Amino acid sequence: MITLGKAINMGLRRALTEDPKVLVMGEDVGKLGGVFRVTENLQTEFGEDRIIDTPLAESGILGTAIGLALRGYRPVCEIQFDGFVYPAFDQITSQLAKMHSRSLGTLKLPVVVRIPYGGGIGAVEHHSESNETYFAHTAGLRVVTCSNPNDAYWMMQQAIQSDDPVIFFEPKRRYWDKAEIDEAAPSLGLHETRTVQEGNDLTLISYGPTVRTAIEVAAVCAKEGRSVEVMDLRTLSPLDLAPVFESAQKTGRVVILHEAPTFLGLGAEIASQITEECFYSLDAPVLRVGGFNVPYPPARLEEHYLPDLDRTLDAIDRAFAF
Amino acid sequence: MSELQLVQILSPEGELLTDPEYPLDISTEEIRALYRDLVMVRRFDVEATALQRQGELGLWAQSLGQEAAQVGSGRALIPGDYAFPTYREHGVAWAKGVPPEKLLGMYRGINHGGWNPHDNDFHLYTLVIGSQTLHATGYAMGIQRDKSNNAVIAYFGDGATSQGDVNEAFTFASVYHAPVVFFCQNNQWAISQPIESQTKVALYKRAAGFGFPGVRVDGNDVLAVLAVTRVALARARAGEGPTLIEAFTYRMGAHTTSDDPSRYRLAQELEEWKLKDPIARVKSYLTRSGLANEDFFADIEKEAEAMASKLRGDIIDAEDPYVEAIFDYVYAEPHPILEAEKNAYINYLESFAEGDKE
Ligand SMILES: Cc1ncc(C[n+]2csc(CCOP(=O)(O)OP(=O)(O)O)c2C)c(N)n1
Ligand SMILES: [Mg+2]
Repeated sequence: MITLGKAINMGLRRALTEDPKVLVMGEDVGKLGGVFRVTENLQTEFGEDRIIDTPLAESGILGTAIGLALRGYRPVCEIQFDGFVYPAFDQITSQLAKMHSRSLGTLKLPVVVRIPYGGGIGAVEHHSESNETYFAHTAGLRVVTCSNPNDAYWMMQQAIQSDDPVIFFEPKRRYWDKAEIDEAAPSLGLHETRTVQEGNDLTLISYGPTVRTAIEVAAVCAKEGRSVEVMDLRTLSPLDLAPVFESAQKTGRVVILHEAPTFLGLGAEIASQITEECFYSLDAPVLRVGGFNVPYPPARLEEHYLPDLDRTLDAIDRAFAF
Repeated sequence: MSELQLVQILSPEGELLTDPEYPLDISTEEIRALYRDLVMVRRFDVEATALQRQGELGLWAQSLGQEAAQVGSGRALIPGDYAFPTYREHGVAWAKGVPPEKLLGMYRGINHGGWNPHDNDFHLYTLVIGSQTLHATGYAMGIQRDKSNNAVIAYFGDGATSQGDVNEAFTFASVYHAPVVFFCQNNQWAISQPIESQTKVALYKRAAGFGFPGVRVDGNDVLAVLAVTRVALARARAGEGPTLIEAFTYRMGAHTTSDDPSRYRLAQELEEWKLKDPIARVKSYLTRSGLANEDFFADIEKEAEAMASKLRGDIIDAEDPYVEAIFDYVYAEPHPILEAEKNAYINYLESFAEGDKE
């Protein structure tokens, strides 16, 4: 059994071993091994040229990663916490995302941006945000997130292999979750949604940190005689919704669960697409459970902000009330 | 290479020196008061660290070792001078008169700020590295337009000097002659990264490239910091524009209570800096010159203990925030969507209370 954080470390290690062009760069990623120890021991093994402690400047990290990518390298940038990605926003959304299309396909930008995201760790401000929508909303970026160690291990390698920029969201409150990983082969591609467990009465869609919540919800529902199908999106851009439509057509009821604010969140897009594709199969409107449309609150209030078991069960009750 | 400057007025051994460029007109009473400040600030920091260890705070960023840089610069300010801190400027907050327990709120997780910045001309702590240097510059541009006699001081770390925002702040301040003092505490570390990973040139020298003076001061010498900051503030008030002060000091504690410095720096380094302790040198000066006796020191210890135990009581008794606070201050004007969201959530919470009654 290994933790999700360690699984990412192993994925990075394997990518660094297999391809000498892969670099890791960010604040405190070298000697310290990152504030979450995700890059632990990599500098000792691969040296300071490949595991780079950068100056404290996110725009600098991303901008130079772009230059390195133009020169044939595959940089994996770490942003220390979700709330500190914004100084790099121009480099990511205006530069990284657009260079391939501006060059009419000539330039490839295989840059991975790792972002530990989400709340639930009792942190101070800017350390608990779920800001995936900004990036999923930006054409030219791929956006993925893992929910378990096996996916963490494989998706990190697949992201590094991608010739497009990939924003890789890591559910920080799940860094310590443990599971077996299968080192032989990945079970899915980078941009595939996974059905975590099958069910017939309702489809519960989630990703990242709330997948575990969704599994717990399904267990409670099972005791109440409701069979819930749990889906882990894994890929936020592009979305892989074919399995979701299939599931919605089977169950007729859908609830989407994520930590990010619901207003213009991933849930809104998914609900809209399900409504278009599965309208005649639906027994209830697609419902969303998510963060409120407010700045992430201080730690002593975060339990109210975070969509939990009870709020999800409440939404499921409402879906069944139709 | 030209020799590096280091303004010093009180040597680590507690010897009083003079620097012709930075004459310091200071009474014994004032030096004794600075000593008291240093002791109180350190005691405050020790107590907050203990509170974190005991689970009363989620996190704490220690000011240990940086008391002289903070107290010396903070005491150079006059009423109406505005300070823009990072998250570590507890000594400046003290000098500005912010009630100590208020600094703990955000570290306890009950708020994101916790004091009214206008009460003491002390802005909220800023966690995003470097951002506040631009706010300080803009505030100074306002002061300039108001033709007021005040100035602004912007605090930031050595690591922060790598950020674009800080370099943009230097540019704006320089171009507009804004009355702002850039006060960089070079504590040698940005979490695990030593100063050499941020710069190849002494930080104070960077100012020249932006067109304003830079000075390096012994950041563990409260008298030198006071003198240098006064001169910089006077320049700002006289319309001569910004100054960069590099306070050369040392982060004697961990980055925060979540950090383990043994992973990246040698214990020996800390031992060497302990010889330059900011408090010890003032004490030895006062003692050797016969300006303070044992009773003086004992009284301050007693006062510090009382402050610490009040702090502990205050924070343990601090009320948790009420749930509606999540929604209440997002906008200055009414916002129907948030209003609806708040009401729905309150109804939802009440549905549990009703369930309990059944
Ligand atoms: C924009 C941004 N990036 C990263 C961080 C994470 N972080 C917090 S403190 C810190 C180091 C700051 O070093 P320095 O500026 O020297 O200040 P010190 O902590 O030493 O007082 C880092 C990288 C942050 N808070 N903001
Ligand atoms: Mg520092």
